Amino acid sequence: MSATQETVSAGGARTARYFIYAALIILALVYLLPLYVMLSTSLKSLDEIRGGDMLALPRDPSVAAWVRAWGEACIGVSCVGIKGYFWNSIKMVVPAVLISTLLGALNGYVLTKWRFPGHKLMFGMMLFACFIPFQAVLIPMARVLGTFGLSNSTTGLVIVHVIYGLGFTTLFFRNYYEAFPDELVKAAMIDGAGFFRIFWRILLPSSGPIIVVTIIYQFTNIWNDFLFGVSFSSGTSSPMTVALNNLVASSTGVKEYNVDMAAAVFAALPTLFVYVVAGRYFVRGLMAGAVKG
Amino acid sequence: MSFLEIKDIRKKIGNNEILKGINIELEKGSFLVLVGPSGCGKSTLLNAIAGLLPPSSGDIVIDGQVVNDLHPSRRDIAMVFQSYALYPNMTVEQNIAFALEMRGVEKAQREAAVKQVAKTLQIEHLLKRRPSQLSGGQRQRVAMGRALVRQPRVFLFDEPLSNLDAKLRVEVRAEIKALHQNTHATIVYVTHDQIEAMTLATKIVVLKEGMVQQVGTPAEIYGRPANLFVADFMGSPAMNMLKGKVSGANGQQGIALFGNDGVRVAMPPSVTTSLPDGKDVILGLRPETITDAGLVDPQARATARIEAEVTMIEPTGSDTFVTGKLDGATFTARTRSDVHVELGQKFPFAFNLDKAVVFDPETTNRIE
Repeated sequence: MSATQETVSAGGARTARYFIYAALIILALVYLLPLYVMLSTSLKSLDEIRGGDMLALPRDPSVAAWVRAWGEACIGVSCVGIKGYFWNSIKMVVPAVLISTLLGALNGYVLTKWRFPGHKLMFGMMLFACFIPFQAVLIPMARVLGTFGLSNSTTGLVIVHVIYGLGFTTLFFRNYYEAFPDELVKAAMIDGAGFFRIFWRILLPSSGPIIVVTIIYQFTNIWNDFLFGVSFSSGTSSPMTVALNNLVASSTGVKEYNVDMAAAVFAALPTLFVYVVAGRYFVRGLMAGAVKG
Repeated sequence: MSFLEIKDIRKKIGNNEILKGINIELEKGSFLVLVGPSGCGKSTLLNAIAGLLPPSSGDIVIDGQVVNDLHPSRRDIAMVFQSYALYPNMTVEQNIAFALEMRGVEKAQREAAVKQVAKTLQIEHLLKRRPSQLSGGQRQRVAMGRALVRQPRVFLFDEPLSNLDAKLRVEVRAEIKALHQNTHATIVYVTHDQIEAMTLATKIVVLKEGMVQQVGTPAEIYGRPANLFVADFMGSPAMNMLKGKVSGANGQQGIALFGNDGVRVAMPPSVTTSLPDGKDVILGLRPETITDAGLVDPQARATARIEAEVTMIEPTGSDTFVTGKLDGATFTARTRSDVHVELGQKFPFAFNLDKAVVFDPETTNRIE
């Protein structure tokens, strides 16, 4: 009797599983549709685009639009493509991500292993940075950057991103280090390691998953940021996102959809790359922090 | 002269006084065990000696030098933690060598030192592995290696065996004992396990609620506990505590047990003061001093034969623990394993009063 029951329930489970997979596939297709339109449009010629069928595969795929977007498209008045802005973004993202991750790790280390009176309040205040609407800080920040002579510079943008990234990076590392055994720090102290030695030799080498999480999170956020980019930079110092906007929004001449789409793909490539390389650590690290935090 | 002195150590955390003035002296080469129930402050005291948790007041003196303000790494101590605290990102070799590396010891010298310690602990084949690839016992050994390689003045052990299974615990316990016997190291060892304390220590300190209850050799602590707490805490099964009254019939002091019409036994020789008639006392008897009548120590001077009802029989293989009940009071006796005893039976127990102790129920202290 129990055998028949098992078969029935196994059959039920299988049906449910088919249903779940079907739903997941449909949702994945819906999600991927814009990407498909982007890619296929960027490979079509302008005539074909004007032909109308957005979902059709390109009849005669060509990377001409990609070449144009990279090196010839007009952004504002200069027609040298988006490559300069792409490098602007790289020059902004790499230091901003590295500095904010490192400082977040140091903060997390101090907040969990070198507790001082008021450490909870301090952490609470740092968390605030995660919830401040960025629009609210634009004007004061512009003023601060102006005072230090950093307006319209990549350095200025790096500083802004480091400051507003610290809340999240500190949160990540604090929760991760909270679960890190205190006894290891004590043992290292008795062994004669100082504050920074313990950090470099004991904690950081054990922080792989959370470093990956933080880097992905910070990289995506900073690369995709538009608000700070458009507020604190102008002209040729703009990051990629601002340039993309300027390219798409420029109203002179013919609207080159294929070039716009190719530029958008360029803008999305680095974050895609980071996810593909490090994505599987992402969920793992997030969970590790979340469960024990 | 004592090698390690703990002078009036107090520690307050918030309004909570965790250590209430601890005084301990330890000679070079001794094995001190701090024992007590959880929350008694033994780990706090160990951390204070290590310098990881500075005391609120008091002095810690190692080899004549006050170390209160010295950083843990400068006290020349080594500590073995309950969780072993092996650095997970380093190999066994790097773990053991880390302290030497931090002290700027040359690489060749470091390697030689690690090799020697690994040989002593028989972990040479594990040197290239990481802690995650080791079993509990192996980790424990590496943790000891990390302490040994430093050749410190004092070793501190914080419940090092509590994460091991029962069999391994006995093995490693013996290894620690052998290590102490071979190296004559000065050791301070924290545990809540009274058997560990008895087997390892040359000197035991029993702590309760931040106060020293008794300091002494294992034999002193076991045979002449200072108060009811120590008597109850040390020894398994626990000491029998029988309520009684002093009664001085026939010009000889004795104790009436088991209620008014119970049994009168002679005053144990451990009591030399004369007590007023009718005073309430508690008679403490280790289970091994109550036996079946056939096992009475022929050397015993004061014995009593008491019949009581048998309510429980627990054979351990080597002995059998028999619980007797008389007038509402129960006691545990340790009898031969081949003794014939049945539940509910009236069984003749032999009480050996030579080793009995008497406590004052008001102060809980032992009466001498």
